[in-house]
Amino acid sequence: MQIVFDHINYIYSSGTAYERHALKDINFSIQKGEFIGLIGHTGSGKSTLVQHMNGLVKATSGHIYFNGEDIYDSRYKLHDLRSKVGLVFQYPEHQLFETTVFNDVIFGPKNLGIDKLGAELRAYEALKKVGIGDDLLDASPFELSGGQKRRVAIAGVLAMKPEVLILDEPTAGLDPRGRDDILDQIKSLHEESGITIILVTHSMEDIANYADRLFVMNHGELIMNQSTKKVFARYKELEEMDLAAPQVTYVMNALKENGFQVPTDVTTVTEAKDEILKLFHR
Amino acid sequence: MDRDMIEVKKLVHEYIRRDEDGNVESINRAIDNVNFSVKKGDFVAILGANGSGKSTLAKHINAILHPTEGSIWVNGLNTAEENNIWDIRQTAGMVFQNPDNQIVATVVEEDVGFGPENLGVPTDEIWERVEQSLEAVGMLEYRTQSPNKLSGGQKQRVAIAGIMAMKPQCIVLDEPTAMLDPNGRKEVISTVRELNKKEKVTVLLITHHMDEVTFADKVIVMEHGKIVMQGTPRDIFSRVDEIKQYRLDVPQVTELAFELSKAGLALPEGILTIDELVDSLIKLKQSNIDKAK
Repeated sequence: MQIVFDHINYIYSSGTAYERHALKDINFSIQKGEFIGLIGHTGSGKSTLVQHMNGLVKATSGHIYFNGEDIYDSRYKLHDLRSKVGLVFQYPEHQLFETTVFNDVIFGPKNLGIDKLGAELRAYEALKKVGIGDDLLDASPFELSGGQKRRVAIAGVLAMKPEVLILDEPTAGLDPRGRDDILDQIKSLHEESGITIILVTHSMEDIANYADRLFVMNHGELIMNQSTKKVFARYKELEEMDLAAPQVTYVMNALKENGFQVPTDVTTVTEAKDEILKLFHR
Repeated sequence: MDRDMIEVKKLVHEYIRRDEDGNVESINRAIDNVNFSVKKGDFVAILGANGSGKSTLAKHINAILHPTEGSIWVNGLNTAEENNIWDIRQTAGMVFQNPDNQIVATVVEEDVGFGPENLGVPTDEIWERVEQSLEAVGMLEYRTQSPNKLSGGQKQRVAIAGIMAMKPQCIVLDEPTAMLDPNGRKEVISTVRELNKKEKVTVLLITHHMDEVTFADKVIVMEHGKIVMQGTPRDIFSRVDEIKQYRLDVPQVTELAFELSKAGLALPEGILTIDELVDSLIKLKQSNIDKAK
């Protein structure tokens, strides 16, 4: 197991009028190379949860193990954890600050104490992985399009060679093509390098296409921890938490209610198409 | 004859970058000869990739930006005339993407009252307008709360109430749901639809979410500063291949219907909702059974 959460509780502003139980007895484990989707409405505790994963926030009680080691042990080096678990925040392009794309991406590995040549190699490799071509290396990050900026910001985290990549709403504010481009890039990154991906998102249609397993958060609790199909089959419960299933899941359920013999655990357009065509013998 | 709410004729906008000596370094034509009009009471959506000129266009409507060439009339007022600016801003209110950047006061009702107060509306009437506007967006019960404690969707509704309190005839919303979760998105869109239907406010909605525009009276698609498609949602979304070419998308049910038609099922074009697709499939199955008899 790569990441294990063992009875994690987190209480904000404990002992004051603003006290809030943000994470309630969270337990789960994640294996190396998994692609996990994390969903839940605003304020459900998603961001607090991911900030625990790289030690940015310390739990009020409970234990977190990374590769078998207790990250709250006094001998554990949290600094190392932060390079192993890369966190890409929402609107990461707001954190670009260097004069050129290349310099911005080098910043991370340089900070890890890697020599100049090594840092440059890593930066170059990371930019390749997110699909930023050589022609843009010397460009100012501020001259790029929204989607390009975001990819540079992701490359900045990748250059630290993390074992786990956490992305908080990586497609917010991008146009549909920009959104697909980023998600496809993340998918191929996952497939080629075997990196563990944790994707926080509001888009059920997107997550259905990519994640193997979903975590559903509600009011600080981990309500569901199941395969993507199984989670979306519980769409009525999701609706009670202000979430939803992909549109095609609703189509299949409506067809079933109208007497068609179709499976209801369908979550993507391709699957839905195949199932419906079977009904019409095509 | 009644004039249209918004008339845009041969609009061009260029962002000109100059060096320290004032020499022109580069010219970016963000809007390139755009013509369109919006009828009073209509709900019009503008779609387009990042950088296609949507926001630049929106900022012309309440005279934040001025045309390089061409003109815009808002309720018959030319935005190029300095004297019209205050009337135009009162006619067309704007709501932006980030709710946190639009909240100015520490109490919800004071935030909503800020606009009319600035317009010099008498105090009694301000309170009346605040109450009406908060009621219209379904936020009246939060009137004495701090905006900080609200969700993103609720904050956006407060921002919309703030605009409504200035009694505009038209609201321009520039990606108002981009930072919200699905529930917040639903809240904001249904609020805007209500205002459009009940208060007859003309709405211009800019968005990247295709499912938010399926009920619009008209959809405009922009690319590289030009209008490349214009029509009803059904017209636009039945041209799936074309719309994808502009870096856009169609609602997932529309895509499924399109894929099924391509595979040979006789479905109507431009299906927009889950119910439409399910009904069409039921009818199709029925007619197949009838034929077989």
